[in-house]
Parts: sequence; C-alpha cells; structure tokens
Amino acid sequence: MIFFIEVVLSGLMAGVMYSLVALGFVLIFKASGIFNFAQGVMALFAALTLVGLMEKFGMPIWLAIIGTIAVMIALAWAIERFMLRPLVNQEPIILFMATIGLAYVLEGMGDILWGSDVKMLDLGIPQGASDWMLDSFDIYIEKLEIFAAATAAVMVTFLAIFFQKTRIGRALRAVADDHQAALSVGISLNTIWVIVWSVAGIVALVAGIMWGSKSGVQFSLSLIALKALPVLILGGFTSVPGAIIGGMIIGVGEKVAEIYLGPIIGGAIENWFAYMLALAFLLFRPQGLFGERIIERV
Amino acid sequence: MKIRKLTKTILAALLALPLISGVATAYELSIPSFDYRTGPYAPSGIPYANGFADYLMMLNARDGGINGSKIVVVPCETGYNTKKGVECYENVKNTGESRSLVIHPLSTGITYQLIPKTSVDLIPIHSMGYGRTSAANGKVFPWVFNFPVTYWDGAAIFVKYIAEKEGGLDQLKGKKIALVYHNSAYGKEPIRTLEKISEKYGFEFMALPVDHPGQEQKSTWLQIRKERPDWVLMWGWGVMNQVAIKEAASIRFPMDHFIGVWWSGNESDVLPAGEDAHNFLAGAIHAPGANFPLFDDIAKHVYGKGNGAGEKDRIGEVTYNRGVLAGVYAAEAIRTAMKIHGTNKVTPVMVRDGYENLEISAGRWEEMGLKGFAKPVKITCDNHAGSRQAAIMQWDANAKKWNQVTDYYDTMNDVVDPLIEADSKQYAAENSVVPRICN
Repeated sequence: MIFFIEVVLSGLMAGVMYSLVALGFVLIFKASGIFNFAQGVMALFAALTLVGLMEKFGMPIWLAIIGTIAVMIALAWAIERFMLRPLVNQEPIILFMATIGLAYVLEGMGDILWGSDVKMLDLGIPQGASDWMLDSFDIYIEKLEIFAAATAAVMVTFLAIFFQKTRIGRALRAVADDHQAALSVGISLNTIWVIVWSVAGIVALVAGIMWGSKSGVQFSLSLIALKALPVLILGGFTSVPGAIIGGMIIGVGEKVAEIYLGPIIGGAIENWFAYMLALAFLLFRPQGLFGERIIERV
Repeated sequence: MKIRKLTKTILAALLALPLISGVATAYELSIPSFDYRTGPYAPSGIPYANGFADYLMMLNARDGGINGSKIVVVPCETGYNTKKGVECYENVKNTGESRSLVIHPLSTGITYQLIPKTSVDLIPIHSMGYGRTSAANGKVFPWVFNFPVTYWDGAAIFVKYIAEKEGGLDQLKGKKIALVYHNSAYGKEPIRTLEKISEKYGFEFMALPVDHPGQEQKSTWLQIRKERPDWVLMWGWGVMNQVAIKEAASIRFPMDHFIGVWWSGNESDVLPAGEDAHNFLAGAIHAPGANFPLFDDIAKHVYGKGNGAGEKDRIGEVTYNRGVLAGVYAAEAIRTAMKIHGTNKVTPVMVRDGYENLEISAGRWEEMGLKGFAKPVKITCDNHAGSRQAAIMQWDANAKKWNQVTDYYDTMNDVVDPLIEADSKQYAAENSVVPRICN
C-alpha cells in the first residue's frame, strides 16, 4: 500500500511539472486562440538564456533571471511585431503553422547563441529525495518536485488574480472572448498580445528552470511540450486550474499504468498511455475538464 | 577590339582549365561523419563528432593526410534519427572521387537499416562498439565491422565484473540484476545475452525500458525501488543517462552497483548529477583523459591553427576520445588498404580489405602517440569484432574525472559465441546470404 501511495504521489508531482509547461499554452490560447507549438522551445530558450547569462557573462542568479525575463519580453515584442501582426485575421491553422516555424527559429537561435551542450543549472533549488519522507515513511518524493508544486501554486494564484482583478487581465479576457468587440472599446490588440506572450515567456522560464534543474539544460527540453499536450486535452485549452488538475491526472495515470500495467504488456507505455487517457476524455468532454463549452449556432 | 579581348580571355580560361581541374581532381579520401550536433542527443553526439573530425584534420595538417592523400570529412546531421541516417547515407555514399570509403552510422538503428544497403553499394560499415552484434561473423557480414567489442560482450563482461565483486560466478545465484535500457534497437541489443547468462548462473534478470528521449524516468526508478535489484546495468544515450544517474542518486541506489555501457559514461552524463554521481561505473573500450602525445598534436596542429571542431579544453573527454578512436581505426584501415593494393587511390572495396586485414599492435599504438590508449586489434576474415574486451571505469566526482579501475575483461565466449553463430545463421537464411569460406 505504501508503494501505491508513493506511485500516486510521484505521479502528482510529475504531473505538476507537466502543468508548468501546459500553463504557457493555456495563456496564449486563452488570449489569442493560437495553439503555440513553440511553448516547449520557449522553455528551452529561456533556460538556455538564463544559464548563458550566468556562465558567459558571470551574472549573479537574480540579475540573470531579470535579464532572461527582459529577453523573453523582447522576444514577445518581436513575435507580435514580425509574426502575429502580419497574420492578423488569418485562420487559426495559419497561426499554428507560424508557431511551428517559430519553434525552429528559436531552437536554431538557442543553438547558435548558447551551443548544444548540456549545461548545469544550479539555482540552489533543493534536489534529491526528501530525506524526511524517506526516513519517516519510506516514501520517495523529490524535493525539486515539491518545490515545483509550490511554485505552480504561487503562479496559479498570481495568474488568477492577474486575470480576474487587474485592468490588463480583464482586457486579456475581453480579447480572448471577442477580438472585434475588444477593439471597438479601445483595447489595443497588439499590446495585449505582447503582454500575453511575455507572461507565457515568463511561465516558460519557470518551466525551463524546473526541468533544467532536473536534467540539465539541453535540447531535449523542447520535447517536454509533448508531455503538455495530453494535459491540455484533458484539462482544457482555456483553463489555468484545468492545466494543473489535468497535469496531475495525467501524471498519476501514466505512473500507475507504467508500474502496474507496463510489466504485463511490455513496459515503456507511459508516453502513449497519457495520450490514450486524454483521448478517452475527449470522447466524453471534447472541451476538456475545465474548458469552455463549445457552442455552435447553426 | 572588345571581341578580340573577349576571345583572348576565353582562350586563357580554356588553357587554364586543365590546371584548375588538375587541382580539383587531386585524389581525396572521402570519409563521412554521421553527426548529431542538434537535438536531444547532441550532448553525446557533439564530442564524438569533434574527436573524429579533429583526428582526421590533424592527419591532414601534420602528415598531409594518409600517405600524402588528403582526407575530406563529409558531415551529415542525422539527429540520431534512423530515417535521417538513411537519407544521409544516400546523400553521401557517392561523394568525391573515392566515394565514401567507410560509413560510421553512430546509431544501432541506422546500422541495422544500412547493413543490406552497403553490401549492395560495396561500402564497408564500421559500427564501432555498437550496431548488430552478430555482424561479428565476417563470413555472413563481409561488409560490416563492429570491433573492438559488441553489446553482447559488454553484457557478459559486466556480469563478470559483478561476479568478481560478489565473490565468483557461483555467487550470482539468487541475485537480482536490472537492465535500464533505451527503448530502441540499441537498448534492446543486450537483453537476449543477459537472459541467457541469467539462466546459466541463476540470477534474476529484469529489463526496464525507458522511452525516447528519457527525460522522464520516474516510473522506472520507482520499480527499481520496489524490486531492489542488487545491480543495475544501463544502456542509455543522451539525456537518458543524465536523468538516470540523478534518479538513481535520489532513490539512494549505490553508484558503485550501477554500471553504464560505454555509451553511458561521458563527462556530460555524470556532471549534471554533481557529487551524487561519485563512484558511478561505466564500460571502457579505450582510456579516458588527454594524457597522450597524440592529443598534443591535435592541440598544436588543429586547435593551434584555429581549425578545431570544438573547444580545446574538452579534448580528452570520454566520448571525444571515442571519436578519435574511430578516426584512428579508419585511418589505419585506409593505410592498410593502400599497402595491400599498392595505390593511394583506394576505393571503398579496397578499404573493406583494409579493415579485414587491420592489425594495430601495442607498438603501433605507441608509435601513434597513443601508448595504452586501447587494446591491440587484429581483424580477420571470420572475426570482425576483434578481441571483444572491455574494462570498467569509475567516476570521481571530486576530481571530476574518470579512472579506469580494472584491466580489460574477456567476453564469455561459451555464452556469446553460440548466440552470434545462431543469429548470423538466421540472418543468412532470411536474406539468402551464402556465408563466405574463410581460410
């Protein structure tokens, strides 16, 4: 029984790590209806920039973080100016294709600027198993994942307040609901896009820090987007809490399946099992657990 | 006037053409390098590609190539992707006048795909310490070489090391050995051998796959925590190695009971885990470090002239040395081919002969400035895997360096040889290959 609890807890924690990536997708989709394929690469790019600023320019951690946030904001501005603005009023699939291109550009830029080698990221985040849990209850939980869960909680709280209580947040929601209506009341679409891509860039930095601390900063980080996809399908593309809850369900589901079902059907099933789980949800709730109901008027 | 000037210019150009084409057609030795400098496997691919290119460029700079013939390294990015690897092969196989003299696929998956192709195109493959193990049988696979060791030998050698630590092969009974492997053709390669050895010596064997790229391995290490194996072996590559070592440390699995194959023992695999990686073990098919005169030549002739493929301070990293080793074998095989056929204008068919008659004695290693770097090699018509030996090295996290902690072990011929024989026989039957007769 203790082992089962350990599997579930590990799944929950791993799920939160997936949610950190999924959050960035949700933010952009919520405000602009764009499925940002480049979100995983943005996490990689942010982490690479952070390590690069620390290693190559000898910046202290706090300055490197501020520098990286500045770079991500500059990137958001560039994306709005050179990618989104010329594509206003295009079909969502065109914008989606543009983000695929963006992913390649960012990956190439990261490679040219900071190199392809593994980089160690040590921001002093606690790592390894929680000794207290291991010694007291014989339960193995990663300290890094507990830290990630706490960070995710803070981030979701911040985002909820930002969306519900601030003028910019309300403007973001207005743009998400109806571009034309938002424009008619004087909301600048361009400014809103810069803001939302900046926030998504900062969320990507947090995801990049957590994943980079776990495995070193390297190009495989761009593939963590694949882990976020079933989370989004399950949690809904427009819900911030949905990304967290979806992540946890996917995390627990894939770990339990891998450990108890894996040995029976050959193992290494957790990657595709997450998609199977998401597909099963799609059958009953196409909008995801917390997504907005799809109403088509004909 | 203008017409006369133009005619003169055209005539001068026509007269100069043979001179220009004479320079352009100097016989160069084309050697492709299947790289992966981008993507999730770049941390493993970059040092190998750098070592390979640096060694061959050093031969060009120091000796004017091999016996005076310049080497042209033809890079192609595979991203460790089998489909891209096959595309690379098709793109580079006819490069240069010499055509591609030898293919190093640097991926077991790509090797499996290229084996039938290269035997038609008559180009040798050297899958050095990877690829299809049964290609060791030169009678069935005349175009494939996999020396100095195969994965099946590696599995057997690791079990021998474990037995030595446990007090003998008879002490393995009742023990539990787990294999954490990359869920690909590469990672699956040692399973059959380990199953056979476990049957013979009575230990329990469990295989735990990790899906590409291996960024998330929590379930695998939870299972290891539950099953509590005595030893863990790893066939990992790229990010999988770094994550596995960190996860093992997290569950407090003893690092001196955790052995990675020779592709899981680079500096970039252990450094991210910091002190937790102390005492991690890995197979070795050559020495780590840069304390060899040949590396001074690379620093002087390649990096000294600003032509290095990577960073100078990374010379001597384990996977860099692996690239150098592949370059040494290729150059020596070409040299042997030139000697056998009495010409510098060697073709892939001649280079295959060079590989098949390759002999690098301890004296030759010393002559090359690599005394003690690797074991002597002697390839024959029927044995394309060489001496099939490997040693064990251990990571010292304090000194941040690998130390070779054992001598080279021989394989378990009684277990591995029949497996090679059976598998190559099966391949021959399935592909209508008539085995050669080797005298």
